[in-house]
This record gives sequence, C-alpha cells and structure tokens, in this order.
Amino acid sequence: MSENSKNMTIHLKLWKQDGPKSKGAFVSHTVKDVSPDMSFLELIDVVNSEFIKKDKRPVEFDHDCREGICGTCSMVINGEAHGPQKATTTCQLHMRSFCDGDTITVEPFRAKTFRVVRDLVVDRSSFDRIIQKGGFVSVNTGNAQDANNIPISKPDSDRSFSAAACIGCGACVAACKNASASLFVAAKITHLSLLPQGQLEHRQRALNMVDQMDKEGFGACTNTGACSLACPKEISLDSIALMNREYLKSSVKER
Amino acid sequence: MLDAKIPNGPIKSKWEQHRFNCKRVNPANRRKYDILVVGTGLAGASAAASLAEMGYKVKSFCIQDSARRAHSIAAQGGINAAKNYPNDGDSVWNLFYDTVKGGDYRSRESNVYRLSEVSNNIIDQCVAQGVPFAREYGGMLDNRSFGGAQVSRTFYAKGQTGQQLLIGAYQALSRQIGKGNVEMFHRREMLDLVTVDGVARGITTRNLVNGEIESHSGHAVLLCTGGYGNVFYLSTNAMNSNATAAYRCTKKGAYFANPCYTQIHPTCIPVSGEYQSKLTLMSESLRNDGRIWVPKNKGDNRPPLEIPEEERDYYLERIYPSFGNLVPRDVASRQAKFRVDEGRGVGKTGIAVYLDFSDAIARLGKKAVSAKYSNLFEMYEKITGEDPYTVPMKIYPAVHYTMGGLWVDYNLQSTVPGLHVLGEANFSDHGANRLGASALMQGLADGYFVIPYTLGNYIGSSDLPEISTDHEAFKLSRKEVEESLSKLLNIKGEKLVDEYHRDLGAIMWERVGMSRNEEGLKKAITEISALREDFWKNVKISGEGTHLNAELEKAARVADFLELGELMARDALERKESCGGHFREEHQSQDNEAKRDDENFCHVAAWEYTGSKNNPSWSRHTEKLDFESVKLVTRSYK
Ligand SMILES: Cc1cc2nc3c(=O)[nH]c(=O)nc-3n(C[C@H](O)[C@H](O)[C@H](O)COP(=O)(O)OP(=O)(O)OC[C@H]3O[C@@H](n4cnc5c(N)ncnc54)[C@H](O)[C@@H]3O)c2cc1C
Ligand code: FES
Repeated sequence: MSENSKNMTIHLKLWKQDGPKSKGAFVSHTVKDVSPDMSFLELIDVVNSEFIKKDKRPVEFDHDCREGICGTCSMVINGEAHGPQKATTTCQLHMRSFCDGDTITVEPFRAKTFRVVRDLVVDRSSFDRIIQKGGFVSVNTGNAQDANNIPISKPDSDRSFSAAACIGCGACVAACKNASASLFVAAKITHLSLLPQGQLEHRQRALNMVDQMDKEGFGACTNTGACSLACPKEISLDSIALMNREYLKSSVKER
Repeated sequence: MLDAKIPNGPIKSKWEQHRFNCKRVNPANRRKYDILVVGTGLAGASAAASLAEMGYKVKSFCIQDSARRAHSIAAQGGINAAKNYPNDGDSVWNLFYDTVKGGDYRSRESNVYRLSEVSNNIIDQCVAQGVPFAREYGGMLDNRSFGGAQVSRTFYAKGQTGQQLLIGAYQALSRQIGKGNVEMFHRREMLDLVTVDGVARGITTRNLVNGEIESHSGHAVLLCTGGYGNVFYLSTNAMNSNATAAYRCTKKGAYFANPCYTQIHPTCIPVSGEYQSKLTLMSESLRNDGRIWVPKNKGDNRPPLEIPEEERDYYLERIYPSFGNLVPRDVASRQAKFRVDEGRGVGKTGIAVYLDFSDAIARLGKKAVSAKYSNLFEMYEKITGEDPYTVPMKIYPAVHYTMGGLWVDYNLQSTVPGLHVLGEANFSDHGANRLGASALMQGLADGYFVIPYTLGNYIGSSDLPEISTDHEAFKLSRKEVEESLSKLLNIKGEKLVDEYHRDLGAIMWERVGMSRNEEGLKKAITEISALREDFWKNVKISGEGTHLNAELEKAARVADFLELGELMARDALERKESCGGHFREEHQSQDNEAKRDDENFCHVAAWEYTGSKNNPSWSRHTEKLDFESVKLVTRSYK
C-alpha cells in the first residue's frame, strides 16, 4: 500500500440521465479526503452516500465482482473507456492513478447500440444475442468423450485462452469511433476456431455472428485499433484479421 | 428427523442404481413442463442448458445484465476431478475420501461419493464445449495440486478457471436461448417463492429496470442463487451476491441447513480503509509456491526484507510439517488469526501476514513463477500498488464461501416439494469446510449431471395441474412483495443501507467469524436483533420503486441478511463442538485444533422458520449423518 501518499481532493463531473428517452447532463461534485488506496468505484460509493445524505438521488452504475473479471463495470473516465490505466477495468482502477485537485469526467459507455438505461448504466444485451447466434460448440450435456482423447497443442490452446479471456464489457465498442463490435465478436470466433472442438462449425459461426452484429447496428471496423488499446484484457487485433478471413471464406462458400 | 432419501445399497452403486430407478419423462412430454431456473452461475447455467437440451421449457433468471456475469465468473484457482491423469494414485474413492475428511465429517457421504463419481464427466463436458484448460506441451491437460490435496487433481485455466467454465455453461445456455428453448430474464430479482398447497409452483420477481413486480408459474423451481457470504459485509463475493431468494424460501417452508458453516479463506488482500467495499481473494494456488510467515518477535515492524531468515516464523511449516503451507483453509485462516492476535501481524494495520515468493523465484526463476501466477500478481499490484516479485504479499483471511444453505435431500429437493436447490445455495456436499476447487465441481455436477435425472423423477412421479399466474397464491405473493418494498421506501429515516450492512458485518466478523464462543454468540444475537429493529425504523433509501434503484435492491437484501445473521449465530451457539470452519473456543484441543463431538453433533442442523412476519424465530431439526464408508477420525494435517 502506498503508505505515505496523502489523501486528495477530487472534483467529479458525473453523467446523470433518468432514462433512455430523457436528456442527460453532468452534475459536479467535489470529494475531499480521497485515499489513494481507494478504488474508483469506492469513490463513487462515497459520492453516492454523500448524495443520499443530502437528499439528492445517487448515480446508478453497473458493477459486481469489483475484481476485473465479470465485465459489468462500464464507465468512460476522462474520455477513455475504463479510464487511463492500461489493461484495467473501472473497478480495478485506483485513485493513486490521479492527482490531488484533478477534475474527472465520468460518462457511460456510449454507442448507438448501447442504450442508456439510467445514468452510467447501459444495455449491452446485443452482445448476448450475438453469442446466441453461434458463439458456442454444439454439444449436448453427456455427449463428451474423454477429455484427453484429442490433444491440443499448447500454443493453440494458449492463443485460444487469450481470446477467451474477453469479459464482454463493451469497452471496445465504447472506444471505437464507429461503435464497432468487431473485437468482441472476433475474440469469440478466435477462441472457438483455434480448438478442434470448435472447428466443425467455424464457417457457420462466423457468418451467423457477423450477420447478427450487423443487424444489431454496430458500425464497421476501420482498423483504428482503438478497441484493443481500451480492452482491459488486451485482446489482440489479430483476432479481427482471423474473423475477417473466416467470414470471407464462409460467405464465398455459402454463395 | 429429516429423511435424506439416500438410496440403499453399497456406496459405489447408489447413484447408478438410483438413476436406473428414477422415473423418466417421455421426451415428447417434456416440453409441457415449465422449469424456472433462478441464477445463471455454474449451477444455474448448466442446469438450464441441460434441461433445455432434454426438451423441457426453461425460464432462466439473473440479477446481472447478462447471464455471463454471475459470481462464478470470479473463481480463480481450479476445479477438481478424479481423472488421475498425472498417475499419482488418485481415484474416485480418494477424491471422495479427501472431501469427506476435508469437510470434517459433517457432510453426507452418499452425496459426496456421487460428486466424485461425476467429477470426471464434468471435465469431459467442459473440454467438449471448448473450455481452454491449461495444457502441457504434449497437448494433454495439465493438473496442479490445490490446498489440502496430496495429489494433483485440479484442472485450471490460468487464474481464471471460473470465468472459462462459466463461459462454457453460458454458451451452452445461449445456444438454447437462440433455439427458443430457454427464455432469459436479465436484471430480474426473485423476491418470493410461490407455493400452492405446499408445492413450489412459481416465483415473484422484480424487474430491476422498471420496478415491475412479475409472476412466473412453472412445474418446478430450481434455486441456483449462490451463497450468503455477504452477510459479513466484507467478503470475496461479488457485490450482488445475496441470500434473499434462499432466505425467502425459508418463509415458504424450506429448511436452512448449517447456517453457521462459513469458510474464511486464508489468502485475501487485507482491508485498507473504512471505504472498503469488498475483499479480493488471492488464489489458494499461491500457497503451492508461496511461504507464509510473520516475524518471530512481537511488534517487529521492520520492512519484511530487513527481517533476517532466523527471525521469521514460517508458522504453518513449523506446526504442520507434513502439509506445511497447504493445510486446509480453515486451519490456515485460524493460524493467521492466532498470529495477529498474538501481536505478530504485519503491515500498516498489523492485521496481515506475509506470503513470500522469494524462495520460489530463486528456485524456479521469475519467468516460471510468472507463467503460473502473472495475472494474480498483476491484480495484487493493481490493488495495493506493491510488486509481489520483490516485496512479499500481505494477506489476511476473509469470508469466502458458505457451506450452509437450503437443506436438500439426495435428489437436491428441499423440504418444499418442487423446490430444488443447486450449487452454493444448497448445503449438501462440503460439510463444515470446503476444500479448494470443489465448489466449481459441485455447481457443475448438480447442474449437468444430477438434476437432469432427479428432476425427471420428481416430474414423473408428481401430479402437477396447470396453474396460472392469476391464481390467488400469485396475487398474494405480489401483494406482499409490493407491500414490503413500499414499507422500506416509506421509512425515510436517517441511516444509510450501507451503514447498517457495515454494522452487521462488524458484529458477524467479531462474534460469528473465525472463532466463536458462547458469550460472544449470545451478544451477537441481541445486537443483531437490535440493529434489525433500528433498520426498520430508521433506514434511508432514496428514490422510488419504479426505476433502476440500487439502494432499494440493497436494502431488501440487507433486511434479509439481518435475519439470516441472527440465525447463523443461533446455529453456531447450538453447535457445541468445533468442526471445520466452525471453531468454538470452548471446544479445542491443547494445541488449539478443532475438537469435534461426534456423539452429540454428528448431524446436520436444519432450521425451520416458525416466526411471524416481523418477528423471526426458528426451530431446529436434525438429519443424522451415518458414516459407513469412511471412518470418523480426528482430522490431522501434522
Ligand atoms: C473470489 C472467489 C474465487 C473462487 N475460486 C474458486 C475456485 O478456484 N474453485 C472452486 O471450486 N470454487 C471457487 N470459488 C467458489 C465458487 O466460485 C462458488 O461457490 C460458485 O461459483 C457458486 O456458483 P453458483 O452457481 O452456486 O452461484 P453463483 O455463481 O453465485 O450464481 C448465483 C446466480 O444467482 C443469481 N441470483 C442470486 N440471487 C437472485 C435472485 N434473488 N433472483 C434472481 N437471481 C438471483 C445471480 O444473478 C447469479 O446468476 C470461489 C469463490 C470466490 C468468491
Ligand atoms: S465489476 Fe466486474 S469487471 Fe468491474
């Protein structure tokens, strides 16, 4: 713990919006005595208790594990999805990344496809619908053979794992000027197509998932790489290239 | 005395025989049955997917905005199975034996045997789904040993095993949603169980986005809502983990078993300040290579690197030479507490011990250590700002898991017909202490491999007329839920929900935590009931019930914690023995080890809710535990 660093005063500009159809606006609030060991969400907890005590309504925000793994937290902090620290979710961001006197702007993940539910909470159900179209291996419970019957080379398995590490938070979409979901979709396609178990269906999977992504209204990928930079799990852009290859091959076959 | 409906016959063939005897539902008829599955963690997602694959019509519910975010996602270390791939002598029997012993002989033998039996199928299933477990260079699955085990039987995916297993189950569930076999309800909270003539026939939920109170009717309800560790306020559980669904079922006739059995995990990041909202686990796998120590001398507050080797006390290695740093969780946690109580704790607060990797780094090299633990080390550094490659980690025990839960029989059915309970929400398999890597195993065993059979048996042997949500029972339930929420909103007091929760947590941690005694438990009971009374007079909740309102959600959960906390203390008070995670100071050996009383307490305590609406009370029932296959001995790790 940064035992000697001093507590700080932080000025916040927080987005409040009653519902999807209401107009939102920033509210300003200053918090004193912020410990550098505090997490960013703990700071919001403090703000909310101050609000409630003063009979103001708290800001709603999504969060659950507070360990950087569930993908629930979703804030744009000073213009960056999940804030300034590389490979870090909002919940894992700590106040030691900021300085005394800083003004911090907090907004929801913004994208046409991520409707605001309230304040900092957005609707990411489009991600679920994309997975429902093909982000799985079609195997029923009880159908499996012995787990070691199919060896998988360690490099393939490791690469597959790296793609499977996606937490589905949507930072990639929020960071992209086109609001493209390519990194999210590509991560799933990469995870499954690098494994023999996922190979059988790889063509159909790419087609169906990409089509659903388009249907949901996500933008096109123009290879700016902003998604990968914002990704708390550092999913690589290579997966987008892999997805595009799979999609192209599949669509040619389909026609 | 409760009847667990354990099948007759030798332990090794009970499950096979039972599966054979189970009534089955004709595949063409299954779609006539609506099954409500509450929760999408490992237990819920695997059950919903499997039942939908079989042809049942499933409705699935979760609090989060996506099924994939259930608390199971956070499990780090791994999942056990008796595959014996490393050829180190493991077997179904060994896993069974270790689990019964690890649970300090307070679990049900037949359930544990079944769990070990299906453990291997789980790994097969997960690999077939594309779960990217760690592998060796030859392409085979890698295993590691995990706290309390002397064989390597733990399958893992870096430090993100729960995530990968849950994504596997979530994908299977998504496939069924896509096919129209499962209807998914996100951001829904079950607030009541609906029974008709004493049989579970539906649930009442709140739509968390618009506050609507909704009814869902079904032919069976599967409760897969996780554990109640957040009674303690600070725990490693996710912020939304709660006891509400399970606890409210007790008011409809489900018994709550062994509420006092809670697991305090030895390796968590210590509390840093008053604002602390949750605690972060550092996977137990770290104990394979990290060495735990405190200074030999009290009050030695030199930085760790300045304390010479001979002035360090590697207390677990000293006290337990054969298991060393790998003793089970309850033992490791209690020993850490003893050291801190002696005044030998470390760090700013003095409430921590060191977990030191310098030997492992010297022996294996930084690269090898990093290959195993990099994500954990990074997480530690993010939270504390310290680099564990160069400075020993500081750790302290934290509430992590609850072995208690709703009482279920061998078929996973509660005392309410039709209400089945899976995963951490039930009590069945871990006795008084859970071994590492066995919760993931149990959740998936229940969901993939047990309930598909036992639910068929229930449906196939029950007469379940259609019941619509216009039925009086549904109306009454909706009315009660609405009334209790508006009552909360109308208190308009002074004190915040979090403040009550924090106060409750402080009482629980102090008096119903790692070490308990009669006086403290009695105090806890009085204090909790006073706190509860105050809560209902003075809690302050902002906003309305008609929009997304996290404060209201928390308030309803804390209201239930305030009752369950008292029940936990009562259970701990009645269990006048020490076993596993339940340590009664009056019952310990000379060297401070837990002393069981098999003569009087070799049973499950299952509590029936007998109180009125505003005045909780419970009565205690028991299920006798028979040990036919494993001999009851004193657990020793020395
Ligand atoms: C940090 C951490 C690490 C762990 N590591 C390991 C490990 O390495 N190995 C291991 O074996 N175990 C581990 N465990 C334990 C294990 O993760 C859990 O016991 C297990 O995942 C619980 O699964 P579950 O399906 O029973 O419940 P959960 O995953 O808790 O899911 C509960 C579900 O119920 C829903 N729910 C709850 N209440 C309601 C309600 N009222 N209405 C509607 N839905 C509701 C939630 O939304 C969620 O979907 C770990 C636990 C923690 C905290
Ligand atoms: S709250 Fe789970 S990733 Fe941030």
